[in-house]
Amino acid sequence: MKTDWIPLAVIPLLALAALPLVGSVPTWVTLTVAGLAMGMMIFMMASGLTLVFGLMDVMNFAHGIFISVGAYGAATVLTRMGAQMQGGTLAGDLSVMLPAVAAAIALAAVMGWFFERVLIRPVYGDHLKQILITMGGLIVFEQLIHVVWGADMIPLPRPGAITGSFILGDAAIERYRVAAVVVGLVVFAALWIILNRTRIGLLVRAGVENPEMVESLGYRIRRLFVGVFVAGSGLAGLGGAMWAMYQEQVTPAMGMQVLVVVFIVVIIGGLGSVGGCFVGALLVGLMANYTGFLAPKLALGSNILLMVLVLLWRPRGLYPVGKA
Amino acid sequence: MKRLLSGDLPRSKVLAVILVLVFLGLAAAPFIFPGTRSLNVAAKVAVFILLVASYDLLLGYTGIVSFAHTMFFGIGGYGVGIAMSKLGSGWGSLLLGISISLVVSLAIALAIGLLSLRVRAIFFAMITLAVAAFFQILASQLSDFTGGEDGLTFLLPELLRGRLTAYYVVLAAATVLFLALLRVVNSPFGRVLLSIRENEFRSEAIGYRLVTYRTVANCLAALGATAAGVLYALWLRYTGPDTTLSFNIMIDILLMVVIGGMGTMYGPVLGATLFVVAQNYLQDLMKLASGATSGIPLLPQVLHPDRWLLWLGVLFIVCVYYFPSGIVGRLRR
Repeated sequence: MKTDWIPLAVIPLLALAALPLVGSVPTWVTLTVAGLAMGMMIFMMASGLTLVFGLMDVMNFAHGIFISVGAYGAATVLTRMGAQMQGGTLAGDLSVMLPAVAAAIALAAVMGWFFERVLIRPVYGDHLKQILITMGGLIVFEQLIHVVWGADMIPLPRPGAITGSFILGDAAIERYRVAAVVVGLVVFAALWIILNRTRIGLLVRAGVENPEMVESLGYRIRRLFVGVFVAGSGLAGLGGAMWAMYQEQVTPAMGMQVLVVVFIVVIIGGLGSVGGCFVGALLVGLMANYTGFLAPKLALGSNILLMVLVLLWRPRGLYPVGKA
Repeated sequence: MKRLLSGDLPRSKVLAVILVLVFLGLAAAPFIFPGTRSLNVAAKVAVFILLVASYDLLLGYTGIVSFAHTMFFGIGGYGVGIAMSKLGSGWGSLLLGISISLVVSLAIALAIGLLSLRVRAIFFAMITLAVAAFFQILASQLSDFTGGEDGLTFLLPELLRGRLTAYYVVLAAATVLFLALLRVVNSPFGRVLLSIRENEFRSEAIGYRLVTYRTVANCLAALGATAAGVLYALWLRYTGPDTTLSFNIMIDILLMVVIGGMGTMYGPVLGATLFVVAQNYLQDLMKLASGATSGIPLLPQVLHPDRWLLWLGVLFIVCVYYFPSGIVGRLRR
């Protein structure tokens, strides 16, 4: 299949178009890095959702819960082990950050497994019920977050090694944003390699195209389903943890708030397409940061505008997947 | 009587008794449950019956999930709110506000419907979620116009200022509109909606245009929600993001329609009554339960008065799995 480069080209075009509007190069660099960082974090949260949809035809409206749970998991570890961060050394910070992120992923993945097993399994193939059931799950689990962690916002101190910024020319670039971009790229590369260069990825892609055929060839598509669901939830947890450290706070409703953006990204990318999701996330991140600078009042609406424009151009998203 | 209910009788003695009790309770609320709080609850029940019934037209009868219902509810509320607070508290501005909000709702519902009802149910659900979120932002950003997070407080025309008159106006309007919705779902048009819900391909093959029917249903539901928004604003004499637009209300609506019973106009009546009463009085009960179990670990937190939504959420999931047509479906069996 030939690669479709046009949507990819839109990203630098958008960035270049913003340059004259922003006016100053250093500001533009700062904004672009911020936009890319935001896009990468959204990508981590959205990739699981779009994969799950592509493979299992399930749109999980409770995906936001995995994001929140990841954030809370990371916050719990970070506040418990906060003492070790006082040293300010990179090694000390990493010794806290890595367990925190691992906890976020593990917690979200376990919840994903439970969710798939208990809630979603009985309603495969019935969209109406899927939407209702996942909404129900959202209500119950959001309340459970209240029970476990309380309803109040938890402030989240960011470890010293990734706070502050460094100066590149005249532009100030926050370290955390660079870290987010790096993590996002690693996740994207890993997903790409797994999907395109391994046997499991081959099965997943085949499952997206034609699940019955994969099953009749003797592979257990059910196991694949569970695996993808758990992996997707774990990614959402990772994204949630990164997002929480970025915002430096955690609230029970944060997952739901981010979920709207995540949905927009999934729609823009084409339901079920990981590559489209990546491009969509970067576009949304850049757009949000540019408009946030140029016209703060429009910032949040700009995503909707972007979605409408993309859908007018390609009604099924940037990279339409067979079934959608 | 049969004509009034459009031939759609309760078909269950228990259900009939409950419905009559709800209606009589609402009609006589100012006299049998005196006090501001209970009158507020009664008015909210009346408004939410209409709101949830109009949502049921969409979810239960047409089989499409929309998350933009609170947006239309909000358009009704803000239409009245903005007109009354900017143009003065006369009948003229009230009518203007109502008609503008109805027209705006209709236009938006039409646009959303034509753009996204061609595609699949999930797509529509996601688009409406995004649009509703956008509208919420809009309402809080345009604070000169909408009062932002504080909302708008306004005065009503002289005649509607008495609480008792206002209550009966709200109740009467909600009843009439509910009966109109009942008429819609029992008309030939409603039958086509049901057939689309049951079997899309077959309905299309018979020659009904899916997009047209779904879009019309979407518009009717939007108008119903707008009317409910108008009534709620009239009752509260206030419009704000938390009373109309918040996503929590959308979740409440979903809970009400599913627990009450999807695809049965009487479901929303039961669901809304149960939910609003629970919202206002269940917490008191849970406070007792939470206090009584204070020695046991975790249980007091789970029974904490603020956790009432947890239990309704569990009930919701159980309903979707085991009682797809909710309480009403159960009673009719």
